[in-house]
Amino acid sequence: MDDVHDPAHRMFVSYIDKSREYYLAHGYGNPYRWAHHEDAPWAPLAKPLAESRVALITTASLIEGDTDPDPDRVPAGEPYASPVEPPPARLYTQHRSWDKDATHTEDLDSFFPIHRLQEFVADGRIAELSPRFYGVPTDYSQRRTVELDAPRVLDWCREDGVDIAMLVPL
Amino acid sequence: MSLVSRHLEANGIPTVILGSARDIVEQCGVARFVFTDFPLGNPTGKPYDSEMQRAIVAYGFDVLESARFPRTTVQTPFTWDDSAWWRDNYMRVDDTNRELLRRAGELRRRQQSRRKVEGHARAT
Repeated sequence: MDDVHDPAHRMFVSYIDKSREYYLAHGYGNPYRWAHHEDAPWAPLAKPLAESRVALITTASLIEGDTDPDPDRVPAGEPYASPVEPPPARLYTQHRSWDKDATHTEDLDSFFPIHRLQEFVADGRIAELSPRFYGVPTDYSQRRTVELDAPRVLDWCREDGVDIAMLVPL
Repeated sequence: MSLVSRHLEANGIPTVILGSARDIVEQCGVARFVFTDFPLGNPTGKPYDSEMQRAIVAYGFDVLESARFPRTTVQTPFTWDDSAWWRDNYMRVDDTNRELLRRAGELRRRQQSRRKVEGHARAT
C-alpha cells in the first residue's frame, strides 16, 4: 500500500457511498436514488471538430454584482442561457456540493473553461463557440431535470446551431 | 448533468462530460466521459494552471473524435497532490463528528421547512 491508495478500497472516491452515509448521519433516513441506466444514448459526430460549433454547459449559476448571496438563501435555480462574449467575470458555485475544504472556484476556467475553449477556437481545433453558454441547476428531482431542464437546453442548442456539447458538472 | 447529456445524445447532439464524480456519471450512463481524479470543484484543472486546463479540454476533444461506443471513460493523468486526505475528509462521518452532523441535520430541516413556507423552493 502506498500513501495515497489503500488497495482494500476502491481507487477513486465513491460519492454515492459518501453522500449516502453523510446524509444518513444528518438524520435523512431515505437515501437518494441516483440515476441509473443500463443503456446510454449515442450521437456520432456529424462533422470534424474543426468545423464544429461547441457549447459549454455548467452547473454553476449566474450572479449579479460582486457580493455573494448567502448559500442558504439562493432561490432554487432555473436553467439559463447567457452570451459567451464577453465571458462572465465569475459564476456562483457556493450552493453546489463540491469540496470547499480542499479547493476553491476563484479561477473560472477550473470548472468553466471558457477561455481555454476560446484558445482552441483561435488555434482552429474547433470552429467556434455557441454564441451562448447554458446553465443547468443540479436538481434533486430527476423528473424536473429530464422533463423540464434537459428539453430547454436542447431547444437552446438547436436555436444556436450547436454541433457538440461539453458539459462540466462541478 | 449526466441526464442532460443523455437527452442531447438521444436527440442527435454528441456530448462529452468533464468531471470528477466518477461513480455518479458512470452509474447514470453517458456517451463520453473524461474523468479527472480531483476533489470536486475543479473538473477542468487546478485553479490558475492554464496548461493543465488546456490539456483536460483537449482530452475532451480527443474522446469526441476517438470514442466509438457509449460509456467511454478516459481518465486524465493528473493527480491532486501526494496525500489522500481530501478523499477521507470530504463528507467525513466518524465518531468525532457524528453528533455534530445530527444536530446540523436538525437545524437544516427546520430551515428547509421555513423556506418552503416562505416560497423559496422551486415550483414542481
